[in-house]
Amino acid sequence: MNQLSKLPQDNATLERTRAGAVFTPRFDIFENADELVLVGDLPGVGKDDLDIRFEKDELAIYGRVAPRQEQCEYLYSEYGIGDFYRAFTIGEAIDSSAISAELKNGVLTIHLPKTEAVKPRRIEVKGE
Amino acid sequence: MQTTRWQPFVDMQSEMNRLRQEMERVFGRFDGNGLTSAAAYPLVNLWEDAAAIYVEAELPGMEMNDLEIYINGGNQLSIRGERRPPQYPQGSWHRRERGYGAFTRLIDLPSPVNADEVHAEFKNGVLTIKLPKSEAAKPRRIEVKVQ
Repeated sequence: MNQLSKLPQDNATLERTRAGAVFTPRFDIFENADELVLVGDLPGVGKDDLDIRFEKDELAIYGRVAPRQEQCEYLYSEYGIGDFYRAFTIGEAIDSSAISAELKNGVLTIHLPKTEAVKPRRIEVKGE
Repeated sequence: MQTTRWQPFVDMQSEMNRLRQEMERVFGRFDGNGLTSAAAYPLVNLWEDAAAIYVEAELPGMEMNDLEIYINGGNQLSIRGERRPPQYPQGSWHRRERGYGAFTRLIDLPSPVNADEVHAEFKNGVLTIKLPKSEAAKPRRIEVKVQ
């Protein structure tokens, strides 16, 4: 239902201002009766460096990461530093006006509430 | 008339490069392994200047209180901690790509450090540790006397 649909260079709406590595952040996706919750690791991304868009049925997340060490020679270099990008196709009907997101310690949590129409409903059975 | 010269080898090389870059980009941070199967966690970048050694690690979702940082024997850094999974009542997970669990990482430092003056900072899930070099390890200018 939810899948990695696009890679960065395919996205024409994505605005890149500088060259550099773009990484795919890891995400957990959770669903219950009321909402979809996406939890992603975006270390080094601050609140103002995030661009989250929900259009039609696609949720796109872009996090800018400024270089942290300029011109430095690493003795150990085990990971690269760069921007984060990922997009998901959301199959469920989402109430886009009620989407909320929070960022804490480099972890992004996005709540996508389902529209009333798709929420499961308990059907009362009337007996005689 | 054909105006473009056919350069099979150059084309192939650039194609291979592109493919390799693509693989690195997609799998660089996304190898499908959780914390448990990873050889080392967290990954670190390490650099130095004349006065100190700097170690940086990405530990999203963690805080200083979740970590234990030790200097062993003057030139080994140990980072210990645990990342807990988020708790949601009732529901199901569609994807679990982020790793959880306890970890310990030992890093041999290139020179002895002054353990009393180690300074650590945590910002947006990125840990930076500054380890001042011990006096003996700092570079010293040697005066050369000319007779």
